[in-house]
Amino acid sequence: MNIGRRSFLSFLIGGAAGTALSPLPWKLTDDISIWSQNWPWTPVPATGEVTYANTTCTLCPGGCGISVRKIDERCVKIEGTPGHPVNDGGVCPLGSSGLQVLYGPARIKTPLKRVGERGQGRWMAISWEDALAQTADKLTELREGGQPQSVACLSGRTYGTMPSLLQRFMAAYGSPNFMTVPSMRDSYALTFAAMNGQTAMAGFDTENTDFVLSFGSGIIDGWGSPVRMFRANSAWQGGRGKVVQAEPRLSNTAAKSDIWAPIRPGTDAALALGMAHVIILEKRYRSDFVSNYTTGFDAFKTMVMAGYSPEKVAQITGVEKNTIVSLARSFARASRPLAICGRGRGEVPGSMNEFMAVHALNALVGVINRPGGVWALPEPGYIQWSGPDLDAVAIAGGRRQRLDGAGSSNPAASLPNRFFTTVAAGEDYPIEAMFISGANPDFDFLNNQRVAEAMAKIPFVVSFSSLMDDTARNADLILPDHVYLERYEDVPAPMGFQRPIIGLCRPAVTPQFNTMHTGDVIIQLAQTLGGTLADAFPWDNYEVCLQDTLGDQWDTLVEEGYAMDEGFSPAPWADMFGSRKFDFTAAGIRNGFVPVPIAGDDITYPLVLMPYDSMRVASGAIGNTPFMTKTVDENVLLHGMAFVQINPVTAGSLGLRQGDKAELTTPAGKAEVRTDLFEGIMPGVIAMPRGMGRTPYDKKLMKHGVSTNPLVSSVEDPISGLEAAWGVRAKLSKA
Amino acid sequence: MSTTEEHANEVPAEIADKKETTPETKKESAIGYVILFFFVGLIASLIVGWIIFPRLLYSQKSQPFDFNHAVHLDLVDEGCQSCHYFREDGSFSGVPKLAQCIDCHEEVNGEDPNEEIFVTEYVWKEREVPWLIYSKQPDCVFFSHVAHVSEDSLYDGKDCVTCHGYHGESETLRPYQYNRITNISRDIWGHNIAGFARNSWDRAKMDDCAKCHAEARDAASRRNLKAPTTRFITNIIDVAFPGTRPAGKGSSVQTERGACFECHK
Repeated sequence: MNIGRRSFLSFLIGGAAGTALSPLPWKLTDDISIWSQNWPWTPVPATGEVTYANTTCTLCPGGCGISVRKIDERCVKIEGTPGHPVNDGGVCPLGSSGLQVLYGPARIKTPLKRVGERGQGRWMAISWEDALAQTADKLTELREGGQPQSVACLSGRTYGTMPSLLQRFMAAYGSPNFMTVPSMRDSYALTFAAMNGQTAMAGFDTENTDFVLSFGSGIIDGWGSPVRMFRANSAWQGGRGKVVQAEPRLSNTAAKSDIWAPIRPGTDAALALGMAHVIILEKRYRSDFVSNYTTGFDAFKTMVMAGYSPEKVAQITGVEKNTIVSLARSFARASRPLAICGRGRGEVPGSMNEFMAVHALNALVGVINRPGGVWALPEPGYIQWSGPDLDAVAIAGGRRQRLDGAGSSNPAASLPNRFFTTVAAGEDYPIEAMFISGANPDFDFLNNQRVAEAMAKIPFVVSFSSLMDDTARNADLILPDHVYLERYEDVPAPMGFQRPIIGLCRPAVTPQFNTMHTGDVIIQLAQTLGGTLADAFPWDNYEVCLQDTLGDQWDTLVEEGYAMDEGFSPAPWADMFGSRKFDFTAAGIRNGFVPVPIAGDDITYPLVLMPYDSMRVASGAIGNTPFMTKTVDENVLLHGMAFVQINPVTAGSLGLRQGDKAELTTPAGKAEVRTDLFEGIMPGVIAMPRGMGRTPYDKKLMKHGVSTNPLVSSVEDPISGLEAAWGVRAKLSKA
Repeated sequence: MSTTEEHANEVPAEIADKKETTPETKKESAIGYVILFFFVGLIASLIVGWIIFPRLLYSQKSQPFDFNHAVHLDLVDEGCQSCHYFREDGSFSGVPKLAQCIDCHEEVNGEDPNEEIFVTEYVWKEREVPWLIYSKQPDCVFFSHVAHVSEDSLYDGKDCVTCHGYHGESETLRPYQYNRITNISRDIWGHNIAGFARNSWDRAKMDDCAKCHAEARDAASRRNLKAPTTRFITNIIDVAFPGTRPAGKGSSVQTERGACFECHK
């Protein structure tokens, strides 16, 4: 038998013919194409019933209404609620990626007790019974030892039942050390208290403004309620108004403005006073308001006339004399002008001098409580709890001096920056336990090395964080809260919104893990501690407390998702300034422009570093979601390294080119960065986004870039005591 | 050049030698082998392609427990839609969720061990039953049930049987066969490996969709063209000025034209 090559080839040909006549090739082709169109590792949302859960976003103080699209019990998308008064269907990058917070890997799934060293990340999962018992034991021990004042609490939120419950707990327990995290809201409140002479929140009628003069406010970089400001900005762009942006850097807001006035950093108040000079000189101010409802105008006039001529202001600010004059004229000529401040997103409270100078401009053109102007809003008043009754321990503890010095000699409501400095220095009495809810001081505070030093001296730190953020990582006990899509909460007073409104945050899904509402934790702790504390918290749980507190408004909230005082209009001048006139000579402005000194000398540190805010980088207690990090440009963040923006002229003098690695040194710290040559930044000034470089949190995000917070030294405002640092002196050298 | 030329000269010489030395008989048997091996290859590959390949391609799983459609169909008033209903927004609910079954099956009602498994393992433990769905299309397929079954649709309200066969009258659940490559149910390609279908519910590939859509389109265009003269005139227009005549009512409800996939498969 001779089976040769020909036979073999023949076998193959026969095989090929047979295969072609069988379904094999055709079926395989089809299967491979189906397989390649449906990669098994690509997640596909399950099919099911589509529903929408309307709730309120709490990821920032903006208070947007959101609609969570669900398939059965799984949230699949977050959209803005159409028709909502704050955001009318719009949503920001952080809000739209909130599901990555809900379902992300950084969630804390159960109460955790630290077993290793602090910050080591070694935890033991414990039951809620144990966690609450251990907390209650510690609180009982401190109280019985007569040290109730040694317990401190920091809340990220200012208004609503949650901060109120925490504050009530602290009062009934006997500690004066309840603090909230301050922002530009506090600076505005203090400005109103000093100049308007009343306690009020600032609201901005941006929908009706036709000329916006912004002193570094990031109108489309997250200032106020971000989505609302985007809408307002679009309306202005569409011809309804003009935007003037005074800022050292060409931010997104500056780039979209009608006039960008590059100004030397930290001299905004001087520019405001220079404009006031022109307005007064040319008698362009609203004389009916100024003569009838203000006091101290003559002194103010003398001050600005003497010291703030456009020539002098041009020297201070670097803004040209003619620009100052023309800006002042167009501002005063506009029918509904508005001057705003609060740098970037307004998270750092800022200089009172600047806020007052800007508010004085609004007073000169008479837009306080007028359409398109700045409105004084009453603080939310729906929380009408009686008491609490205090026992002897609580009275004694409550009489102790607050460690942050707020409230007594100082007008600010809370000064956590000063609190941490005091605790770090070991002054006055020690803090034995600290509760932190909705805040991330280990990351968020400027010069946060101080916070770490203070925390090291506090033996018992309890975090209520839902996510493993920097502060939770350094805590001793974590009592994880539900995330906002799993819980009830009232969300009053969106930042900068001009009408009283309460949004309802309510569960879109049932809690995904073994977490507990912090409201419930507080109520249960109070009831365990007993006595007057238990009496002060008579509710069965937080939901009952919320319903009782909201009373008649509850039904509206459940139905509409928000309750707004539609007919609200700000008090007319006669009512508002009838008995207490607007004061042009309040303490912060009486002496003219007072620059906030920043740390560092200009010989060792020839540059100025300014942190800036961006919609693509979350800088608050909630960090960037993976989605947001993907939107960050490659000249901001590349391969985990952050860029500093630097003017090509400055870069040239330092021998730095685009993308070079450099060492950034400030009096507070050092960082490895890369350089991004940017003509939109003043020579001598360098800038970096706030909010990057968080240490723990989420494997996919962290170690991304550099946080500016440890680099910037804290500066207290001389009047309010609030954080006022707008930057720090810096040195950049080629690495 | 020279080496190539040498080779070119050598090769024909070798072949010529071989031809001279090979006897005729040997040559014939070689051709016989060639033919034999062709058929061996042909038959082997046909066996592989038609018999072995389908066995290798598909695997099977059994359902979590058995279910008797016939019994349930007798008990309900609105046929299939009693359990496989349309939601208010028109989306199709598909396989019932636990919540629908709980009304009757909160406790074990009968003797059937399958019901006992259902109640004890799923109802009491509040776990959804992980049914294996014979008719589940790949994720890349978009299909709207409501467009196909509603009375006012172009398809004159197909009943469930048209695509799903007599599944609703089955007394037991057959094993779920699935493709090892795609993980898709065998019912989509159809049980015949060659893709032949005797009934409209034997397969649910794109071709099967297209077939029905093309029929619907033809029926619709027939309805539009009344008299033979009209048809004649329109035909002339179509040939002389292609594309100028507005399209007739096609098989797509949205566009009133033929569905894209009739051509793009």
